[in-house]
Amino acid sequence: MSTRTVMVYRRFERLWHWTQMSCILVLLFTGFAIRGLHRLIDFDTAVTWHTGAALVLLGVWLFAVFWLFTTGEWRHYLPTTQGLGKVIRYYAYGIFQGESHPYHKALLRKHNPLQAMAYGVLKLVLFPAIWVSGIIYLLYGLWQGLALGQGWLGGVAFVHVAAAYAILAFVIIHIYLLTTGHSLREHLMPMVTGWDQVDLTTEEEAYLLKDEPGRIR
Amino acid sequence: MNARSAPPGAARLAIPILSTLLGCLLWLTPELGGAEEPPLDSDMHFRIVADLAPTERASDSTADHTKFKELQGPFQSGPEVTQACLACHTEAGKHFMKSLHWTWEFTHPQTGQKLGKKTLINTFCTNARGNEGMCAQCHAGYGWKDDSFDFTDETKIDCLVCHDRTGTYYKTPNSPGNQSCSVMFEGKPPIPWEKVAQSVGLPGRENCGACHFYGGGGDGVKHGDLDSSLKRPSRSLDVHMAIDGLNFACTKCHVSTRHLVAGSRYAVKAHDLGGTGKPGERRDVATCESCHGEQPHPAGSIAGIKLNDHVHRIACQTCHIPTIARGGVATMVDWDWRTAGKTKDGQGYKEKNYTQGNGEHVATYKSIKGSFAYDENFAPHYGWFDGQMRYTTIDTVFDPGAGAVAINAYRGAADDPGSRIWPFKRMHTIQPYDKGNNTLVYMHLWGEDDDAFWGTYDFGRAIAAGMAQYGIPYSGEYGFVETESYWPITHMVAPKEGALACDSCHQQESRLKGIEGVYVPGRDRDGWLDTLGLAAVGLTLLGVLLHALLRLFGRKPGAHA
Repeated sequence: MSTRTVMVYRRFERLWHWTQMSCILVLLFTGFAIRGLHRLIDFDTAVTWHTGAALVLLGVWLFAVFWLFTTGEWRHYLPTTQGLGKVIRYYAYGIFQGESHPYHKALLRKHNPLQAMAYGVLKLVLFPAIWVSGIIYLLYGLWQGLALGQGWLGGVAFVHVAAAYAILAFVIIHIYLLTTGHSLREHLMPMVTGWDQVDLTTEEEAYLLKDEPGRIR
Repeated sequence: MNARSAPPGAARLAIPILSTLLGCLLWLTPELGGAEEPPLDSDMHFRIVADLAPTERASDSTADHTKFKELQGPFQSGPEVTQACLACHTEAGKHFMKSLHWTWEFTHPQTGQKLGKKTLINTFCTNARGNEGMCAQCHAGYGWKDDSFDFTDETKIDCLVCHDRTGTYYKTPNSPGNQSCSVMFEGKPPIPWEKVAQSVGLPGRENCGACHFYGGGGDGVKHGDLDSSLKRPSRSLDVHMAIDGLNFACTKCHVSTRHLVAGSRYAVKAHDLGGTGKPGERRDVATCESCHGEQPHPAGSIAGIKLNDHVHRIACQTCHIPTIARGGVATMVDWDWRTAGKTKDGQGYKEKNYTQGNGEHVATYKSIKGSFAYDENFAPHYGWFDGQMRYTTIDTVFDPGAGAVAINAYRGAADDPGSRIWPFKRMHTIQPYDKGNNTLVYMHLWGEDDDAFWGTYDFGRAIAAGMAQYGIPYSGEYGFVETESYWPITHMVAPKEGALACDSCHQQESRLKGIEGVYVPGRDRDGWLDTLGLAAVGLTLLGVLLHALLRLFGRKPGAHA
């Protein structure tokens, strides 16, 4: 067992992450304008940017889903209870005592158990909720004649907005957690350069050195 | 405001009668009356057309009517010209006599209500019925002054009022009326019958406008989207009729077949699902969709696609007519009949305390009509509209204590595919009603007799005579009731850059405030969802902040955090 610098977030994943981040920020800002929570931009500008950003993100997502399943990367998000208690205890207590984070990145587990679970919920509940409601909303012109005056659009908007508030809460926590640990930079750079410290088994290290020498330093 | 205040007592009833008698005396001896006063503004003009020249209208006719020997004259009267017209246009008379312009009658296909100017009561001068001597000057015929008018006589059709292209043709009331009123039609130049007969053509805006711009008793009074500013409108006022643009005549949209003109106000097509129709297909509607189709916005942008999603629920007029009465001519929004009948030195008078956009002063009080309020360039009233109105007619019994009586209540609902959100001009009036029977009344306004309100200023006699003329029960006691009427807005379509911005409706202070049955983003929120959502976000921020503070002040020196 040794700790090596390994390419954990490959180019596509980084591109996906940052595109997604930009889109989500635009979507939150314009979405709350459409909802009427602020009037910093015109309604039509808000709708145009909201729809445009949604379409970009939808495209990115189609690639991401394909990538996750063809590369097997989806396994990183499988929920596990192994070590979960330790991570929860760390954020609730240990962090104030100056303890070190109990989790170390592994080659097949680049997220800690709590992180994996949070991302899993985001990807399996919140994102689908906002996507499905958003696409139904976008296609309003096709179905609106089916239920005139029945308040369906209000219902769709309800789900969409509820998911948006939850995603905003996620974003806040997500950004905050970057400040924990050694430094902001330490958390941020892996998603910029792709390289991070990973605990490797002897077999993994041997495999990387022999078959994927570009992924290990 | 107490809209249903008691009628004047017997003593007050005597005042107008006495003053009228006094007025007659003064009329005979003008040098006695008000010599030091400024001249009394007493003419009761309702239609002053300053711009007499016809609008330009390209003609592609294959006939030059100046060359027809049948039209060389001489002609002494309108009916003589009509006979000459009908000699060639043999079927025109039969066709025309079926049109609303002739019959003034309309039986509503859905409600079965008998409508039309012949019977209806409105919120302006209240009724044409019984006052045809005045009102029927806007009937496209000659000489309708009472029930003796022969609606089967083709020669009584007035072809010229619609087809004269010289601008020199005019109409006057069919009976002289009271002296104080008839003066307003004196001193007009004689009509050059031969010239107008030879100058006929398809109607220009001024032909239709001669009546439709002046409905309700004056320029722009009734509709709010039809007034003399549309004779030569700028592009910003009306993109279709603009003299520096498309220069459409009314008939460009109000297509006709056999003299039946599309675009009825009594049965509006509030949601035209027929679109433009197939190439060459006849369109018998005056709707926007009949030219622009059902997906009128360019679908090359997200905004365009989204705008097209609105078409099923929002009438084109709602966004594309941003405000009512934009052309400098004000429209009347309030009329109070209770003050009518005041005189100065025995004479009726008027006060002009409103100056409208084009600089003209318009009457805020007329002895013959009461007090008025105007508005211009203002946001319409909006509501779900399926195109059908329910009218309060002469035989409708209402509860005068149940709020304003809707003379025409518009119908429509969010769950009805035929309904859309439409703009209306709302007119508010306080007018006489039968206090004993709780019905509206016909007033005898125009006439040469002593019962006519315009001259005698006596509501009691005018109502009794107006009702008796048609054998309608009248309790003998009148009061004043608050009424309202709704006028669908469809003209004065602004160019696209003048249309409402999305924010006009999509915000808290929405123009569509109060419109139910539809989710309007930006206007509507589920109270608790947004409260809960914002609270959750707030608590998250608070939690994060507390966590950070604990880390800052709780950590051991030199340790990780």
